[in-house]
Amino acid sequence: MAVLSAEQTMLKDAADGWVREYAPVSAFRKMRDAGQAQNPACYQDMADMGWTGILIPEEYGGSDFGLTAMTLVMEELGRQLVVSPLFSTALLGATIIANMADARQKMAWLPAIADGSLRVCLAVDEGAHHDIRHTALTATQTDDGFVLNGTKTHVVDGMQAELILVLARSDGTPGTADGLSLFAVQGKHIQRKPLGVLDRRDYAEMTFDGVKVAPDALIGPLNQAGPRLEQALDIARIGLAAEMLGLSQQAFDTTLEYLKSRKQFDTVLAQFQAIQHRMADLFCQIELVRSVVEHAARSVDGDAPDRTEVAIMAKSMANDLANLMTRQMVQLHGGIGMTDLHDAGLYLKRARALEALFGNTAWQNERFANLHGY
Amino acid sequence: MNIQDAPALSGFRATVRSWLAYNFPPSLAGRSEEMALIQPLYPEGEDWAAWKTAMADKGWGVPTWPKELGGGGLTKAEARVLAEEMAQIGAYSPIGGMAQNMFGPTLLEFGTEEQKKRHIPPVARGEIRWCQGYSEPGAGSDLASLQTRAEDKGDHYLVNGQKIWTSGSVHAHWCFCLVRTDRSKKHEGISFLLIDMASPGIEVRPLLLMSGNSTFGEVFFTDVKVPKENLVGGLTEGWTIAKRLMQHERSGIGARKQTHGEMRPVDVVAKEYVGRDSEGRIADYDLRSRITRHKMWERAHRLTVERVAEESKAGPSTATSVLKNAGSIMLQTRGELLLEIMGMKGLGWYGEGYSETELETLRVTLQNKAHSIYGGTYEIQNNIIAKRILGMQDHQ
Ligand SMILES: Cc1cc2nc3c(=O)[nH]c(=O)nc-3n(C[C@H](O)[C@H](O)[C@H](O)COP(=O)(O)OP(=O)(O)OC[C@H]3O[C@@H](n4cnc5c(N)ncnc54)[C@H](O)[C@@H]3O)c2cc1C
Repeated sequence: MAVLSAEQTMLKDAADGWVREYAPVSAFRKMRDAGQAQNPACYQDMADMGWTGILIPEEYGGSDFGLTAMTLVMEELGRQLVVSPLFSTALLGATIIANMADARQKMAWLPAIADGSLRVCLAVDEGAHHDIRHTALTATQTDDGFVLNGTKTHVVDGMQAELILVLARSDGTPGTADGLSLFAVQGKHIQRKPLGVLDRRDYAEMTFDGVKVAPDALIGPLNQAGPRLEQALDIARIGLAAEMLGLSQQAFDTTLEYLKSRKQFDTVLAQFQAIQHRMADLFCQIELVRSVVEHAARSVDGDAPDRTEVAIMAKSMANDLANLMTRQMVQLHGGIGMTDLHDAGLYLKRARALEALFGNTAWQNERFANLHGY
Repeated sequence: MNIQDAPALSGFRATVRSWLAYNFPPSLAGRSEEMALIQPLYPEGEDWAAWKTAMADKGWGVPTWPKELGGGGLTKAEARVLAEEMAQIGAYSPIGGMAQNMFGPTLLEFGTEEQKKRHIPPVARGEIRWCQGYSEPGAGSDLASLQTRAEDKGDHYLVNGQKIWTSGSVHAHWCFCLVRTDRSKKHEGISFLLIDMASPGIEVRPLLLMSGNSTFGEVFFTDVKVPKENLVGGLTEGWTIAKRLMQHERSGIGARKQTHGEMRPVDVVAKEYVGRDSEGRIADYDLRSRITRHKMWERAHRLTVERVAEESKAGPSTATSVLKNAGSIMLQTRGELLLEIMGMKGLGWYGEGYSETELETLRVTLQNKAHSIYGGTYEIQNNIIAKRILGMQDHQ
């Protein structure tokens, strides 16, 4: 753990305490069993604690506390598999709006995000794999604005969001990041269907069937949303990496505790060297990912030149860690780890969903190699 | 590529081929997924029923078992020919499961004539289902620490205790069970008992798996009376028999393939979901190279299964642990690759937006996480390899 400021430490402790008390994994399990993918009360708490304003400038009602602070919260949420629109709204949505929107749009949305009254989602993916270059949903310019046609899938927190940021192709053909534009659409204007995804969060499939939007729904310059959206997505990827780090850390802690208590062959499992080495390897990997996630957040906060590179690293390495750690969590628990009664399956399922979100490991690695020109 | 059969075998091959052509309903070709390990006794449909009767009459569900006990009486070489010919046309034996793969061969080796006559023929015809009562809450990897006890009551044993993770227990007619008959010794105090699941005092509680299926359960025994004739082997021989059965189990598990969901080779699936480059190759080169590794591993695993089958004349060998672990890696890598390839389409739990195959692939991938746990865990197989094959002893 890097040296945190006094405020950051307070935030981390508060997040840790709140998650344990009000949103432990047992609460998520109850929601899942009841078929609920949304938890408004939880989100109101988060807003009251100021988490929704962490990335929002002070003039728009936020605290501008920075990405490092946000990753501290994300990590705690990841630990207990907390379900909330904090990521889609206060991390991704707020970042996109703060970095791409004009002053009038910011004034309309950012204060509402900060006080928890507005939930935002990004409708970006259309197929099995994330890549903004694949965008095919069209935006056609008319005399009084734009018309949107197409579908978006696996939109995180897509059923509950009031404001939908949708990436559209206003020029060119699918396969390039040129010709993309970002629009803000009110949720009530589009058709949404919930998707039953394995980690039981709120995901939506959205159909834009000739949806008309006014000229001022455009966020940023026409046809040029690609590069700046990718920058915002990289910030989101660091947030996801922090969530996966927390998830992996908890999976590790739970497993370690079990190994120290479960007895076979007249001794606790933790005494077997094969098990000790497995855990030691996982511990090393967690430590490396922690360094990368912390550094990546600080690079963004300090606008350092390596910010893109380390964002890619964070998502790639956290993906691999979460995948391996959750498999080992199941394996090292034996039979009980395979049951639905045990949390190991919940961690494994959430990990697989987060891995795929905004680019899997191979895709991040391809970007990394391209960035370095090899 | 097919190596020429010896003359006697090629005659047999022709016989098998024409028998299959006459008896195997083409409507069932490739539908092995309906006949997974923990299957209903009589699957839906007339075709399945007719196919099962034909196979049972021939004894070919258990081809190498003695004819007089309902088996096929075939040599190993003939049985291989039968398997090859069945694979050729997508035929799957409708008679298979724990009773045929694990219990039957063990009883044939250790059972009395009466026990064999009573229990083998219904297994050969696939009419009776068995479950395996080994694991207990406190006895998993350290199986020999099991506590379910059987007391000698003169004309019967009285069984009390609990089993857990018992696959197929909800539907099983019988259970082959490890019980403690002597508390003063560990391994030597274990006996191998056959228990009728309809006996008074048995309660089965199903358990849900993370995949959403419920293929196993807990079995509780309260003052269950078991006739003395249901003891297999002597009172102190239970552990030897149990280990033998586990070897059969592991070699069966070691050769297991994916049974549900996306059955096509991963490279074909990848081209569909990930796309191709301008020369028709899988567009993601990192994935492409990992797919290559997996395909090679898969092939090497299959070759090892075949090599072990050829080399070990009398049943399973120490190589079963190698096969089991290599098989776990193969199946679990395939599952993770499929999920990666399908991307968000592979993450569907239910409902619209996903194909039936996509939904099943996720479930079977989760289910196959158990492959490295049941039948003795991955770590326990490694212990066996290190200690028994390599002679590496624990540090004392
Ligand atoms: C789907 C499924 C079906 C099953 N079906 C059956 C069935 O039909 N009948 C039946 O009797 N059982 C069945 N089992 C139980 C299975 O055999 C046990 O789960 C298995 O033997 C492990 O025991 P355990 O669960 O108690 O785990 P534990 O023994 O507690 O092991 C936990 C972890 O510790 C590791 N470990 C333990 N000892 C050592 C050691 N000495 N060195 C290194 N690592 C060690 C294990 O490898 C594992 O990773 C089934 C299990 C599953 C998951």
